[in-house]
Amino acid sequence: MTISERAFHRRLFLRRGTALGFSIICITATLLAIAVLGVLLVQVASKGLDRVSWDFINSFPSRNAGDAGIKAALWGTLWMMAITAIVAVPIGLGAAIYLEEYAPRNWLTSVIQVNISNLAGVPSVVYGLLGLALFVRAIQLERSVLAGALTMALLVLPIIIIAAQESLRAVPNSIREAAYAVGASRSQMVFHQVVPAALPGVLTGVILALSRAIGETAPLITIGALLFVPFTPHSPFDKFTVLPIQIFNWTSRPQEAFQQNAAAGIIVLLAVLLTMNSVAIFLRNRFQANARG
Amino acid sequence: MIEEPLSNSERLIRMATIGRPEPKAQVPTPQTATPVTDQPGEAFLEARSLNVFYGHFQALRSVSIQVPGRQITAIIGPSGCGKSTFIRCFNRMNDTIAGFRAEGQVLFQGRNIYDRRIDVVDVRRRIGMVFQKPNPFPKSIYENVAFGPRINGYEGRLDEIVERALHRAALWDEVKDKIRQNAYALSGGQQQRLCIARALAIEPEVILMDEPCSALDPVATLKIEDLMRQLARDYTIVIVTHNMQQAARVSDWTAVMMMSEDRAGECIEFSATNEIFTNPREKRTEDYITGRFG
Amino acid sequence: MTRTGFERQLIAVQEDMLVMAGMVEAAIERGVEALKTRNVNLAQQIIEDDLKINRKRYETEEKCLELIATQQPLASDLRTIVSVLHITVDLERMGDHAEGIAKIALMLADEPPLKPYIDIPRMAQVASDMLMGSLEAFKDRDPARARAICDQDDEVDALYEQVYRELLTFMINDPRTIQRATYLIWTAHNLERIADRVTNICERVIYLVEGHIEELNVSKY
Repeated sequence: MTISERAFHRRLFLRRGTALGFSIICITATLLAIAVLGVLLVQVASKGLDRVSWDFINSFPSRNAGDAGIKAALWGTLWMMAITAIVAVPIGLGAAIYLEEYAPRNWLTSVIQVNISNLAGVPSVVYGLLGLALFVRAIQLERSVLAGALTMALLVLPIIIIAAQESLRAVPNSIREAAYAVGASRSQMVFHQVVPAALPGVLTGVILALSRAIGETAPLITIGALLFVPFTPHSPFDKFTVLPIQIFNWTSRPQEAFQQNAAAGIIVLLAVLLTMNSVAIFLRNRFQANARG
Repeated sequence: MIEEPLSNSERLIRMATIGRPEPKAQVPTPQTATPVTDQPGEAFLEARSLNVFYGHFQALRSVSIQVPGRQITAIIGPSGCGKSTFIRCFNRMNDTIAGFRAEGQVLFQGRNIYDRRIDVVDVRRRIGMVFQKPNPFPKSIYENVAFGPRINGYEGRLDEIVERALHRAALWDEVKDKIRQNAYALSGGQQQRLCIARALAIEPEVILMDEPCSALDPVATLKIEDLMRQLARDYTIVIVTHNMQQAARVSDWTAVMMMSEDRAGECIEFSATNEIFTNPREKRTEDYITGRFG
Repeated sequence: MTRTGFERQLIAVQEDMLVMAGMVEAAIERGVEALKTRNVNLAQQIIEDDLKINRKRYETEEKCLELIATQQPLASDLRTIVSVLHITVDLERMGDHAEGIAKIALMLADEPPLKPYIDIPRMAQVASDMLMGSLEAFKDRDPARARAICDQDDEVDALYEQVYRELLTFMINDPRTIQRATYLIWTAHNLERIADRVTNICERVIYLVEGHIEELNVSKY
């Protein structure tokens, strides 16, 4: 049952070679992905970085490329994201808490669970149609920021629910038992111990959800966000536009100057996205630090 | 030389090859499930003909044990005999498990805690529990201890309550400078003492301990055993342990549980600890304790 | 069966005790023999051999302690080991008494016997039988037999009184016999103490089986 020295070393050489080859493949894949992202950013930056200025941010769109700005779109995006967050996060978290902590484990709950998972995969334009029929027409919110935000809230709700459920599930049962053992009722146990412990995971879900929402164009076009908006919203019932739509608008113009505007708009969009995520990550780290010590 | 046929001395030396004879004068195993008991006095906490089911499966059969007040009662037995199930009946922690059903009575100071009119939160406030693996909340040490009193609406300064509980759990000196630090920074033994402090903070009358030392190292174990003996002066303690030496060291009374053929747990003997470990009445107890069983 | 290593050690320690009892038994028999036949060499041999008995006791004690420390015996195992510990003490004392008889044999060897030795050998025989019986009762875990053996102690006590009265008469009649007579009284006393020690062993047997100590050798005074 012995292996000869030579055979052993031959095999060893092959094994080492295979391991090395595999790591090279993985590194290449990573570099490829980074390279693509890098090329994208470099292209955008080279085209649009010069165009980004305070004027650009503070001006309304115009037929003249040089005078056009993204003020309306920027404010529209900010309004919409704020309302979406305010609507979607409590509802999503509440639904997750109910499904994880309160709902009995029967067939009805399973049906609800499956449906929510499926909703996460529905194309966003379908949500646009739903929003159009429900918010714009039936509830008669017209083509307002509120209608847009509610539509986006529906879109991201499944994401938040699923992420929140996962983080609630990840809280160990021993915590729940310990809370019961000192005489906590179920709601005290859930709201004082389980939810705070799950908060980092919930915030991650919120980040994912809002990142998705900020970039959606199709559903907002469907419910009627405008293409040319010379004003910023002053109430949730005003008409609006958002950054992706504005950028899309500019890229469909032939003039080179508008292409530059589009690139600058992309930079602004990325900046907003980064800021939002940083806030959420900061909050998440704060909660995690408290929880982990 | 002594010319006698096989003198006593030679016979004695020949006797040296002894096998292990069957012990005579053993008490025959009774066929009933009710144990032999020595009742120490008035029962503070009592299980009376307790039967426990999970769905169709019977986990405990007709367990009757009277736990005396302000003493330490140990529950020992092989794995799977239902010790944890039994102790969790005392503070109704089994209620959270699907399919759980209890028949019979669990009496605390004369009242059946499974009665529908009894508030389970009140039961848990007065009968506290410490678990096998230390499970502090992912919060600061202070918050861990303060949670119980706070949600139960205690009056008085929370700082004092927390400090008193930590003193009683013999943890104050070690944590008084880092009381706002996260509980997970403590060692395993300290975390378990924190869990004991958390249980003490709500001023229970009974402390249930489900294998409290099995996840700890020997030094931490001994510290907690010392703590148990101190606490027994003011609280009634029931401890489940699979470590027989620990049961022998720490408890005043011992209940021995065994699994019967249909996997239902029963209590086969309950008496003073030194009786159980020097001269048990039941053969099954003797076999289990001397390690000749399973 | 589980704990086979421990089983073996437990049996070994009990066997050691029985071997030691055999040594004590031999010392008793040979001591009285040396007295009867005025055999100086035999007597000296017995005195030397007492060291072996003492050593055996400490060896057995060591093994018992080791078992307690390493195996944490409980219930009947614990009572067994504790009984062995106590019984070896009794056996060692019995060995000392037997050595005492041998020393007296040495001292009496020069002179002719005061009278034919009848009662003293009889005492020795009964004591020896009692010792044998008590260890059989231990081996068989037989408390009834242990209790029965204790009754035989009465016979030894009666013989002792008889010997004492007879020798007292000798001493009153002829003061020149005082030295030899007192030595013989000592011999009888040693044998009587040996029989008493056997009743201790019987009490331990009952403790081992039934779990409680029962006073068996209540003095009739």
